[in-house]
Amino acid sequence: MAIFLQLLFTGIGIGAVYSLVALGFVLIYRATNVVNFAQGEFAMLGAYAMVVLTQDLGLPYWAAIPISLAVMGLIGALFNLGVYYPLRHRSFLPVVISTIGASILLTNSVLVGYGPAPESLAGMFDFPGIQIGEVFLDSQYLLIIVVTILLVAFQYFFFEHTLLGKKMQATSQDKEMASLLGIPVARMIMLTFIYSAILGGLAGILVAPILFVSVGLGSQVALKAFAASIIGGFGDVTGAIVGGLSLGVIETFGAAYISVPYKDAFAFLVLFGFLLIRPQGIFGEKVAQKA
Amino acid sequence: MTSRSRYVIPLLLLAAAASIVLPLVHPVNGYLLNLFMQAATYAMAVLGLTVVLGYAGQISIAQAGFFGLGAYGVAIGTTVLHLPFFIGLALGVLVAGLLGAVLGASTLKLGGHYLAMVTISFQQILTLVLTNWISLTRGPDGIRNIPRPSLFGVSLEDSDRYLGLCLLVLYAVGVFVWWLKGTKLGLGMQAVRDNELAAEVVGVDTYRVKVTAFCLSALLGGLGGGLFAGGFGYISPDQFSFNESVVLLTMVLLGGADAAVGSVVGTALLILLPEWLRFLRGAYLAVYGLAVILIMVFMPTGLWGMLSRLGGPPRLRERGVPDVLTLGDPDAAAGGLLLEIKGLAKHFGGLKALDGVDISVERGKVHALIGPNGSGKTTMLNVLSGIYRPTRGEVLVDGVKVSGLAPHELAAAGVGRTFQNIRLFLSLTVLENVVIGAQRPHNSAAQTPDQVQRRAMAALDFVGMAARADLKVASLPYGHQRLVEIARALAGNPTLLLLDEPAAGLNLTEKQELVGLLKRLAGHGLTLFLIDHDMNLVEQMADRITVLNFGKRIAEGAPADVLRHPDVIAAYLGEVPDDAAA
Repeated sequence: MAIFLQLLFTGIGIGAVYSLVALGFVLIYRATNVVNFAQGEFAMLGAYAMVVLTQDLGLPYWAAIPISLAVMGLIGALFNLGVYYPLRHRSFLPVVISTIGASILLTNSVLVGYGPAPESLAGMFDFPGIQIGEVFLDSQYLLIIVVTILLVAFQYFFFEHTLLGKKMQATSQDKEMASLLGIPVARMIMLTFIYSAILGGLAGILVAPILFVSVGLGSQVALKAFAASIIGGFGDVTGAIVGGLSLGVIETFGAAYISVPYKDAFAFLVLFGFLLIRPQGIFGEKVAQKA
Repeated sequence: MTSRSRYVIPLLLLAAAASIVLPLVHPVNGYLLNLFMQAATYAMAVLGLTVVLGYAGQISIAQAGFFGLGAYGVAIGTTVLHLPFFIGLALGVLVAGLLGAVLGASTLKLGGHYLAMVTISFQQILTLVLTNWISLTRGPDGIRNIPRPSLFGVSLEDSDRYLGLCLLVLYAVGVFVWWLKGTKLGLGMQAVRDNELAAEVVGVDTYRVKVTAFCLSALLGGLGGGLFAGGFGYISPDQFSFNESVVLLTMVLLGGADAAVGSVVGTALLILLPEWLRFLRGAYLAVYGLAVILIMVFMPTGLWGMLSRLGGPPRLRERGVPDVLTLGDPDAAAGGLLLEIKGLAKHFGGLKALDGVDISVERGKVHALIGPNGSGKTTMLNVLSGIYRPTRGEVLVDGVKVSGLAPHELAAAGVGRTFQNIRLFLSLTVLENVVIGAQRPHNSAAQTPDQVQRRAMAALDFVGMAARADLKVASLPYGHQRLVEIARALAGNPTLLLLDEPAAGLNLTEKQELVGLLKRLAGHGLTLFLIDHDMNLVEQMADRITVLNFGKRIAEGAPADVLRHPDVIAAYLGEVPDDAAA
């Protein structure tokens, strides 16, 4: 029982990171109808930004986090201008390919700078964690779970109860109508990219002390996050969170009870299963084609 | 076109022959031979991407995985199972094709980003399996000492001879892929890429076409990989990783995804360039990534696309006098009901777009369906052409139940249609668009490829567009595109033609021409079922009118009666309040 609870806790912690990256996917997808295959690279860059600031420049942790997030915001803006915006009027395929290109570019640029050897980043807290009975709650995992809960709450409040949030929602639902109502659509999309990059960066910063900081971090997290958003129901915010958490748990239990080397395969097997039986995911609805 | 290809084809043949013979007579250093070998085998995999991405428009980021399956097929077949080389190759290609078919069949109903995701997942799982199934694949160490074959008693042990084999196979694959583009299957793929819904409606089984394209692409990937294994004698899992899939993708995009020659050019460039740009060694993948973005933004048709545009606009071909278009089945009995709609309902959640509608259409008549916006007209047409499944009720064509069939099956049953917002295959020529229409299954008027071409020209001539057959359809003005869409439907020789607001967006002259065309069609005895808002057109054309409002039939009869029916006037103009009338 203790092992079960311990694994459950770890699984939820990892799953929360998948959820955060998946949220970034969903936000950009809803705003632009395009899947950003470089979403994981935002997490990777966030983690490297922390490495640069705390280790190379010797800044304290508390100062490095806001600077990293600001850098991520800037990267999100540049990403929009360079990768999405010039292709906004073209069909889905060129944009997807362009984001895949961006993912390769970002990964390998970091590789040139930092090499393939992973960096390690210290956890945020000095104390290791809390022991409750036989279950040990690691402080970094606790932090991830708390931050995820806060962010989800913030996002709910932002989109449902602020004017800016509603404008962004309107943009994602019908760009033409939104623009007729005087909503600056291009600016809303820009904001979406900035926010998604920050969200991705934050996920990277949170997960960095647990996984090593390597150039592979992005694709490792992004593929799971993408699988999570399909499992949850593509484009659905609740789905992204539920999908991410379940994937984290499934993967942790799979590694513990079935096979360690194939740990990364479980997510994909679950995904294949969903695509075959329920492609619209847990919360998704079937969309009818329009003629 | 013809005068240009008169020089291009012999030149290409000469270059191909020279590339095989030269290394045999003139010694080339081993390093260069290896590079050429890599380029030749990669190019086969890239040609696979030409089929799936370039022709069919479906993304695959697992091509290195299929390449790896072919390579491991040869490696395991020859070193572990001690099979002859070519049996090992066949094994690898077969496994790649089989997995490609399974992967495609399970995800191509979804397409789009799902497909991108699934192919990436497949690629990752395959790398995991190749690395961890040590008893079979020897894990990260890879497999050494893969032998080369001999063919007809000639040993291909020497690199220059083996390269000759690779090039020979590559050219054969290249010619096959180039030939495929103009075949029924190839045109079907391009139709799917340009407009999947329209492809379905003109009779292309889009799912089958996509799975075929995916499977072919996997086969070609496996073939390239198998020859790669023999060429280098040593393989390991990292040679077939996600990164390599990306490299293959870049190659096909750089060359121009929808041209076989472009793919080979793109591959050769990207294999040879890093050798010339050695200073980039560490950063070459970063440059690839940047190249992908830049190609997408500035050069969407790739190098070959740009080159072929330098050749100027296409020259028109001489075709002689087109046939006269025949319409309908000469053996069919005259009169009687062709289309019967019984109690048809279509609900979207709580919205009853159609709510128990009955309509009967007589053979050879023009039947119009009118009603205010949101009355369910387009929903009706979408149910009739199979795009929507009815919630209740049934549809019979010629006494056979057709409701619930897929759009391509309805097309095969003889139901043609046009769309309100024209749906053509925009990257193809006018003729190619209409040829795809003529290729519909069970088209008794065009069974051989030659008949298909003649049928398509006859249909174009009928609508007055024969002189523009070789133009890109995207370059035509709106009114002409509408005529091409009608010609595409006519080429399939439908027994029933559904027209969704054919006059929408046309100016007065174009409308008059359209009325003339439709009258000629009716004169040939073709049954028409049309929706339009233009009452003038409807009144001129229709033998019978059905009026819908809020998903229900509110009137039916001859035009003169129906258009004066009080319920119809009320539906269009709103209820007249009693006190105002008084």
